[in-house]
Amino acid sequence: MSAILEVRGLRKAFGGHVVLDDVSLGFEPRRLSALIGPNGAGKTTCFNLLSGFLAPDAGEIRFEGRDVTRLPPDRRARLGICRSFQILNLFDDYTVLENVRLAVPAMRTRGFDCWTPAPSLAEAGDRAAAVIRLIGLAGREHVEARFLSYGQRRLLEIGVALAGDPTLLLLDEPTSGLGSRPMETLRDLVQRLSASLTIVVIEHDMDFVLSLSHHIAVLHRGTVIAEGPPAAIRDHPEVREAYLGRLALARAR
Amino acid sequence: MGRWTPPPMLVMFGVFLVLPAVLPWLGGYTYLGTEVMIWAIFALGYNLLLGYTGLPAFGHGAFFGLGAYFLGLAQKATGGLWLPLLAGVVGTVLCGALVGLFVARKRGIYFALLTIAFGVMFWFLVFVFDGWTGGEDGLTGIDRRAFFGFPLRGNVAFYYFVYALFLAATVGLWRIVNSPFGHVIRAIKQSETRARACGYDTVRYKWVVFTLTCAFAGLAGGLYALARFGAFPEPMSLSQSGNVVLMCLIGGGFASFYGPVLGVVVFLVLRDVFSTLTDHWMLLYGLLFMGVILFMPEGILGLVKRARRPTGFHDTQAAATPP
Repeated sequence: MSAILEVRGLRKAFGGHVVLDDVSLGFEPRRLSALIGPNGAGKTTCFNLLSGFLAPDAGEIRFEGRDVTRLPPDRRARLGICRSFQILNLFDDYTVLENVRLAVPAMRTRGFDCWTPAPSLAEAGDRAAAVIRLIGLAGREHVEARFLSYGQRRLLEIGVALAGDPTLLLLDEPTSGLGSRPMETLRDLVQRLSASLTIVVIEHDMDFVLSLSHHIAVLHRGTVIAEGPPAAIRDHPEVREAYLGRLALARAR
Repeated sequence: MGRWTPPPMLVMFGVFLVLPAVLPWLGGYTYLGTEVMIWAIFALGYNLLLGYTGLPAFGHGAFFGLGAYFLGLAQKATGGLWLPLLAGVVGTVLCGALVGLFVARKRGIYFALLTIAFGVMFWFLVFVFDGWTGGEDGLTGIDRRAFFGFPLRGNVAFYYFVYALFLAATVGLWRIVNSPFGHVIRAIKQSETRARACGYDTVRYKWVVFTLTCAFAGLAGGLYALARFGAFPEPMSLSQSGNVVLMCLIGGGFASFYGPVLGVVVFLVLRDVFSTLTDHWMLLYGLLFMGVILFMPEGILGLVKRARRPTGFHDTQAAATPP
């Protein structure tokens, strides 16, 4: 199967500090891939390069066969690369409905419409309502984002990314700080979505990663040290040393 | 009905409708009411930029002034009223669109500084082209002749002419802030990064808002020229360019659509009151503004809003806790 997103020789340095060096990755359609690695491995920088918030120093990013390396983030979002943020990035004064609706393509294409009242865009409203049901926030549509609980805000963060109708969904630590109930909602959601979408997650929760993903890539100090199905990654010696080993140690303590 | 004019707006329109009859009883005069509405058009439009998009443009007095000059120059060329008024708007919009190309990419302090620089530049241009603008003396001899056979020279007649345009501008702005475009610019204020991640070319949106506010500035400036029978450079000066910012802040442009109107009323009425009390009225003014910034950062309507909603106003648990 050919990859929907292909990354070749990606390099990014901040000043003299090389964060990513010669990273090459491929993500196949309708698969859930995980990008794991210790803190500071360059995972979020990688996402910022994929979504266009940073420009690489070298390398190429191809999405659906098209070179998107130099496209700005809004162009990439319109092409179908949507992302969530590790540090919650919501429209805090907007309600759940307003947050989600803003990301819906039917709203975006009317973005320069200065006359029609936004709530009367029926298509955008319907699509937003569907997404809100999907993320389990039905009944909270009219609550402003800043008044939601942390778990609900996490779910909304994903809902906003999802509302953009992505072909490629990038989730940056979606489970971080979640309690058990929202965690379940999220698991179900991600599992269901991975049947129809290409999803890449950055994640520290190993149970989540090992049980849900089809494919795992391990970043360590800016390079990909291993790639493959979950079982292979779990037993990979270098990975165990770089990442899982430390976790196991932490657990044993 | 609510889509065009919500109840508070109807009340406002009602107040301004009867104002010329009431003002003399309050010690005011019709021209003050006219001036309030003109500045209100300017400030309401400007608040799209400051209050809704969160972009602090400090040189917008330049566009108000440009509207006046464009109207004056057009009237010298063609006479009449309608066409010059349109020329005031179109000319200002073109200048604003050009400036917008440069400033829309900037953020925060750089945006503010660049708008000041352009404002000062236009102010100087008025003196450079003093053959057209009259320089220090202003462009005098602007007249408000009959408008479709309706005499506009009188203060009351002109008041209602401005009233009609104030009505149209306010309704138009209300539609804008509630439209998809209005939602996008408010989103940009809350998180430009997220707005981009949602697929919005935020620079283009900021350029459009900037240009749009110049249409209202140009209209208001044109009306101001008609009101004063001339176009003068002082609203464009650096020291007065900030007036519209203060009007928005005092009234509560961050808290309410109507904030700028209230701000204009307070600003202009106090100017009159203070200047009858003392020659040093600018000092009182300065103290007042400091008080506003220190004690009610969201302006008068911000206080009202907070008083009405003491704590969280939604049926929800405690506010979000950080991770």
